[in-house]
Amino acid sequence: MTAAVPMDERARRPLRNAPRAATGGQLIVWAALLLAAAAVMSLSIGSTGITLDALPRVITAWITGRTDASVAREQLVLLDIRLPRLLLGLFVGAGLAVSGAMMQGLFRNPLADPGLVGVSAGAALAAVATIAFGNGLAAVWTKIMGVYALPFSAFAGGVATTAILVMIVARQGQLATATLLLAGIALGALSTALMGLIAFASDDRELRDLTLWMLGSLSGASWPKVVAVLPFALLVGLGLPRLVRALNGLLLGEAEAFHLGVDVERMKRQIILITAAAVGAAVAVAGIVGFVGIIVPHLVRLVAGPDHRIVLPASALLGGALVLTADVAARMALRPAELPLGVVMALIGAPIFLHLVVKRGMGAG
Amino acid sequence: MLEARDITVTIDGSALLRRVSLAAPDGRVLVLIGPNGAGKSTLLRVLCGELLPSQGEVLLDGRPLRSYRAAELARRRAVVPQSSQLSFPFTALEVAMLGATVPGFEVSTASAARSALEALDAVGLSPLANRLYVHLSGGERQRVHIARALCQLAAPTVRGSGARCLLLDEPTANLDLAHQTLVLEAARRQAQQGVGVVAVMHDLNLAAALADEVALLVRGEVVARGPAGEVLRHELLSAAYGCEVLPNRTPGAGRPFVLPPAALTPPRGDATWAAPAGNAYVHAVPPGVS
Repeated sequence: MTAAVPMDERARRPLRNAPRAATGGQLIVWAALLLAAAAVMSLSIGSTGITLDALPRVITAWITGRTDASVAREQLVLLDIRLPRLLLGLFVGAGLAVSGAMMQGLFRNPLADPGLVGVSAGAALAAVATIAFGNGLAAVWTKIMGVYALPFSAFAGGVATTAILVMIVARQGQLATATLLLAGIALGALSTALMGLIAFASDDRELRDLTLWMLGSLSGASWPKVVAVLPFALLVGLGLPRLVRALNGLLLGEAEAFHLGVDVERMKRQIILITAAAVGAAVAVAGIVGFVGIIVPHLVRLVAGPDHRIVLPASALLGGALVLTADVAARMALRPAELPLGVVMALIGAPIFLHLVVKRGMGAG
Repeated sequence: MLEARDITVTIDGSALLRRVSLAAPDGRVLVLIGPNGAGKSTLLRVLCGELLPSQGEVLLDGRPLRSYRAAELARRRAVVPQSSQLSFPFTALEVAMLGATVPGFEVSTASAARSALEALDAVGLSPLANRLYVHLSGGERQRVHIARALCQLAAPTVRGSGARCLLLDEPTANLDLAHQTLVLEAARRQAQQGVGVVAVMHDLNLAAALADEVALLVRGEVVARGPAGEVLRHELLSAAYGCEVLPNRTPGAGRPFVLPPAALTPPRGDATWAAPAGNAYVHAVPPGVS
């Protein structure tokens, strides 16, 4: 056979190359800078008017152990209110963004998001049930688990919801987008309805707590909560790098991933567990916060492509930055009153999401 | 060597494959042909380890395929499935690179990119390397996946670790003539480098051009195996496809070729049509066939 090298006529037209605005490395550096800026902002802005100027005084007082009344107040605000809030916001943002990216890889669907497909609601239901029945049916559980009762319940709720979704979608074939979304909406609605039932049985104070919590908020941030999410943060942080190659393979399809050496079933189980750990812990400390998981990975892919070696770390950094910024907005917009974080995220996220749906048809990412 | 022994696949009570035994020796090209629904793709899925047979065993270098871990298999064989969808914005180069980066052959990104570019070049796609996969045509996408498989086989740690295989499901289905040639050449080159190639093909002429050996599947059974010239015969093909198939030989090369039956009937309503004298087909038509 003589090799006739075919001329591809489109090769002669102006190239429509991939619109990569930045390399993965550049994006990660920028995301880290943004996160640092958001962290500084989160630490220095608040309704008390205490700014970062107080930080040297607070640190000196902390080291020397000598505090007067005014420094003690600054210390309380900076170290016991804003710092845990910063850390939790970071975890919630990073965790939700990363779990969005993982679910999109698992379902091969850029529309998957823990909030949209009911995983957050499932986690929230389990957590709400733990709060409501904490003195009754679930007393033993809360007694044994202590601060971990809530995040572990939410984690279990997240695992259950994701596993049900995977089973439903698997029955319909790999790319059943409509099935995924509809099943997710149904599961979310069911969880929300059950939460409503539980709310009925609650007294006024519990009801206000539950409602605020279902709207999503970081206002209850405290060091015990930071301690409670720590093991989950470790699990997610240590587990993610092991999933990167499998997630890249899964983007091609499950059969193709197997051809490329991915132990598909095992990796799917790990992805579900780690996603649920991130979502569960985030929901346990901040309630339901939507759209982070869909917007952040989407923007990252837009800039630097869908390789998970970039998507996961960049999403974690940008997710943290986004939630910290939204949280500052939630604190400051109607100061001294505070907006729920979930409301602010939805106000920012829903229009962007709609824009993406209309403009890009989502199918092509 | 990749070898299927006595494979039976039964799904929901119906047998898709019945007691199929065949071997894909190193350095040779085995082409699976047969009518729609004959079980060609099922056999390929069994051979690559994706589908476990109900009975029988697939052996790679004498060892049962099911005893290999997925990562181990990825070092030994590459697969190009019939169709593959991708809803994320990868470029052609990035998809090809997945052939080396997903199995994690301990190659650097730079060397993965190099072998991916070489693989894209082998299928005539290097001008489109940075184009988004979703913007490519069907034939171009197919070639990207072939390049991905070539990239997987080219990864350094795969070399010298026993038999290697390339399994292709309809690799030329969406391709124009020139690109069919290019892909066939790429497959043949792999065979020359010692890779055992198994390809499912519908086009009997391309099968004859590519194959060292052809296996004809009908209703889940291998009814004939051998060199193309022995399998692409009038009685075998006519019985298999349920229509009159009249193989012929190409002038010069002497390879068997087959025209679709419709090409051999006179143009409708053309009373002036007459077979030109000396047409090989006129001589080849056996008595009683119109």
